[in-house]
Amino acid sequence: MNVWLEKQRHLIDFTLASLARRKTKNLGLLLVYTLLVAVLASLTLFTNALRSEAAYVLAGSPEVILQRMVAGRHDLIPPGYFDKIGRIRGVQKKEGRLWGYYYDPVLKANYTFMARPAEEVADGSIMVGATLARERGLAPHNTISFRSYSGKLFAFEVASVLSPDSELLSADLILLSENDFRAFFEYPAGHYTDIALSVANPQEVRNVAAKLSEALPDSRPILREEVLRTYQSIFDWREGIMLTVLAGAIFAFSILAWEKAAGLSAEEKREIGILKAIGWETGDVIRMKMWEGLLISLSAFLLGLVAAYIHVFYLGAAVFEPVLKGWAVLYPRFALIPAVDGLQIATLFFFTVFPYTAAVLVPIWRAAITDPDSVMR
Amino acid sequence: MIELTQIKKAFNQGRPNEYWALNGIDLSLERGKVTAFCGPSGSGKTTLLTLVGCLSRPTSGRVRFKGEDISGLPERFLTDIRRQSFGFVFQQFNLIKGLSALENVILPGFPTGRPRAELIAAAHILFEQLKLTHRANARVEWLSGGEQQRVAIARALINNPEVIIADEPTANLDTVLSREFMAILEGFTAAGKTVLLTSHDPLVVESTAVHRVIGMRDGCLVDA
Repeated sequence: MNVWLEKQRHLIDFTLASLARRKTKNLGLLLVYTLLVAVLASLTLFTNALRSEAAYVLAGSPEVILQRMVAGRHDLIPPGYFDKIGRIRGVQKKEGRLWGYYYDPVLKANYTFMARPAEEVADGSIMVGATLARERGLAPHNTISFRSYSGKLFAFEVASVLSPDSELLSADLILLSENDFRAFFEYPAGHYTDIALSVANPQEVRNVAAKLSEALPDSRPILREEVLRTYQSIFDWREGIMLTVLAGAIFAFSILAWEKAAGLSAEEKREIGILKAIGWETGDVIRMKMWEGLLISLSAFLLGLVAAYIHVFYLGAAVFEPVLKGWAVLYPRFALIPAVDGLQIATLFFFTVFPYTAAVLVPIWRAAITDPDSVMR
Repeated sequence: MIELTQIKKAFNQGRPNEYWALNGIDLSLERGKVTAFCGPSGSGKTTLLTLVGCLSRPTSGRVRFKGEDISGLPERFLTDIRRQSFGFVFQQFNLIKGLSALENVILPGFPTGRPRAELIAAAHILFEQLKLTHRANARVEWLSGGEQQRVAIARALINNPEVIIADEPTANLDTVLSREFMAILEGFTAAGKTVLLTSHDPLVVESTAVHRVIGMRDGCLVDA
């Protein structure tokens, strides 16, 4: 065992010395390789973090949201609709929600107005999202006026600015009391925008949705898992777009790597002949070259992964942000929570390290099985 | 120690450019002696040494080394014998550029799994014997022809082989360096090593360090 280990150490020593001898060529290759891994890993880490973020954010949202449909469009929940739902086994809580959109010509952006119980927000005051507060220059105790859709002017005092921790959800949010909401939008009494239902057992969610559809044929239950799936599809789609854009670069690198790995120079062939003549076995030569391929590809993979981690989680993924994060007038500031998916990293490892190492071995095999007497001729 | 029986060696056998380099060699080589093969280019000297040194196999005939038939052994076993029993000094020295003299010398020791420290210590002893200590860490391409040859000799000796094979060892050396090489050669025989070399340099062939001269022409042995 010791002899075997010592042999591997010798082979790695020789490989490192060989790599150092062709410093410029190998460093250039390592740089391009690392860059490619960094770009691909950034993409993977970023989209995965966004997916995790979406899942994290949606974790606190209701399991089922019930909307009423009229002619295929979302309509208000009329009075008495609650009674039609009745008691459904598994539903812990049901709550009518009031929310709507308001276009602010000052910022040329849409805000989301949402009613909260009187104990949370008093009449005449509002709570605003951090992005909105930043863009409009609002601070607690400031007063702000909005002209409603009926043309009336409403003035509100800012009670507080919502925590930046929730900025991803509350970027454009304004919370106000139910009375103010109904007055501002002239919302008819007893009507709601939709109904939020809490279901404790995740296994029961689909059954609850089925019962709701049966009891209220004009309703549309929206499940939290469906919302999450939609988000994930959007991120997958954006990742796909980026990959398509990067396909050219990946292809160019593949050619470069194959050329480097598969083509042996006359000098390298001569060296293999010398090594065999002085007592190296074919297996030793192949192992040495395998170490060379592994050292380059593994270093590139690890360096690329670390660079990607720094790029995504410390530098805010500046390269991909515009494409992957999407666009909005009220753009929230948020830091991604580091989330690494082992399977994705393993896939990236497989598709970057293995092909290169394999490409190294094919020509070496051909060179290593040549007769050692070639150096004497 | 080494016996050759009806050795024939063909290159490109069965093709239009088929060439027979050796045509039935019968030869016995003694232990602890210096044997020189001389003859014109293409006479088969180098091919004969590659067969004896386990670098290649004969097309027909038998090679016996210390009584064992090695002519039919698979490559792996031949490599093993070559590594343990033979040291090579090539005509062009065949050192690996970019590596230091020391790194070149310890290379044949890598497949044996000997610890690096042990190999380096052995290399330093050889450098001392060959008066090359001051050049141990110099890259081989910076060395003179004579120094390069001494590095090649040290590399041939690192695994302490019984037989040293040198192909035209003085072809790239001037007279002074050639004489130095012959002095080193005498040291080998004093250490009990068997030396086989090819040369058509009179300085080698006529040297007192050489015990036996074997002439070759057209793949056959002739009187020297």
